[in-house]
Amino acid sequence: MDHIRVSLPLDPEQVKALRAGDTILLSGALYTARDAAHKRLVACLDEGRELPFDPTNQLIYYVGPAPASPGHAVGSAGPTTSYRMDPYAPRLIAAGLKGMMGKGRRSPAVIEAMKEHGAVYLGAVGGAAALIAQRIKSSQVIAYDDLGAEAIHRFEVEDFPALVLIDCLGNNLYETGPAQYRED
Amino acid sequence: MGGYTVREIAAAQIKDCVKELILEASYVIGRDVEETMMQFKEEEPSPSGRAVLDQLLENYRIAREERVAICQDTGMCVVFLDIGQQVHITGGDLTEAVNSAVREAYNEGYLRKSVVRDPLYDRVNTRDNTPAILHTRIVPGDKLDILVTPKGFGSENMSRIKMLVPADGEQGVVDFIVNTVVEAGPNPCPPVIVGVGIGGTMEMAAILAKRMTARPLSEANPDPRYAALEETILSKINASGVGPAGIGGRTTALKVNIAASPTHIAGLPVAVNICCHAARHAARTM
Ligand code: SF4
Repeated sequence: MDHIRVSLPLDPEQVKALRAGDTILLSGALYTARDAAHKRLVACLDEGRELPFDPTNQLIYYVGPAPASPGHAVGSAGPTTSYRMDPYAPRLIAAGLKGMMGKGRRSPAVIEAMKEHGAVYLGAVGGAAALIAQRIKSSQVIAYDDLGAEAIHRFEVEDFPALVLIDCLGNNLYETGPAQYRED
Repeated sequence: MGGYTVREIAAAQIKDCVKELILEASYVIGRDVEETMMQFKEEEPSPSGRAVLDQLLENYRIAREERVAICQDTGMCVVFLDIGQQVHITGGDLTEAVNSAVREAYNEGYLRKSVVRDPLYDRVNTRDNTPAILHTRIVPGDKLDILVTPKGFGSENMSRIKMLVPADGEQGVVDFIVNTVVEAGPNPCPPVIVGVGIGGTMEMAAILAKRMTARPLSEANPDPRYAALEETILSKINASGVGPAGIGGRTTALKVNIAASPTHIAGLPVAVNICCHAARHAARTM
């Protein structure tokens, strides 16, 4: 399969051209966040405080990596299930976030926000965590150190394999893919 | 075995054994899971589904060779101990021995700590992945059987239990199990292994279902009626189209493992414990 090369931070024009089902290779910097970090990010927005990073055109990867063993930049680092971030994601998209990466379905509210602001939802293969870790070249905690695996990390990635799950038009691979192979 | 002799096993030995099993399970996938996945890949009609299975097989290889976690969610550590009634555990507290094994394995093995102290009011990480979930059974003999199954919560969260009524019958059971897996869609990281407990009481069905996630994939239920039911449910799940990673295909589940147990005249409990493709478990007899 042909891969589309996507560099990070995202280019809003390229994001608009991505379609559900495209396979891509990501290179550049992204930020990680899961449940507890999202709660704090949205609290910042609510209180008008500055976020620990500027979300404009950024990609957030939903992951809580395993600790790095000697000789590795990170431990195993596959995606976590995204729906737990649904209550927070529309706020971040409105604040400029252009991409999210995780696994699993999203809520209608998230998909609406993606359509309105031209954002994309990417998938990494859940559980392919040791393979994914090899494509992460460096990792640095940039905020919420006290959260451990849930702290916000900045990852430099190279040829990170991902898939467009939901595009900015609302096309959804979780609907179109299974429909093709459903029997009876 | 002869007369009734007491065999002593030191708590420290149990700790060492549980610790080794946790590390083994976290890094090395079972041959049965890997081989079954390869067979399904041969038959998988979806090119993107095959690409996902390729990534997963490659991931197993990397984890095994580099001794890193198969998945970053190294789970809550579920430990089953079948303790022979002639065994006398000496030199310490058994529960503490198991928790020490978890503490050491998760710290020294670079495994993620994912346990919080209280589910509702005090969600603070215990920082050493304790406590373990410990299930003990007293059985005849002088052996100690240990089964360790670290369990990630992407798939645990998609598990369900339902108290069916006897009139729901086989069809009710099939529908409940198939719907549970198909509605979970991509969330539990398909292809999954479906552990099912039918009968008993509510908690017994759940524990049976958990045990069934670790039954070797080469085995079927010894009762041919249940073995046939396992096959029927597997084909229905794989006809759903969910596919590898939920993006479409025929490989949604690798196996359905059912255990049945006597139950009450008024009841038909069914528990479905979904286990992701990072199906980690390791066992040893002491
Ligand atoms: S469901 Fe399993 S494979 Fe998927 S992220 Fe969780 S532990 Fe890993």
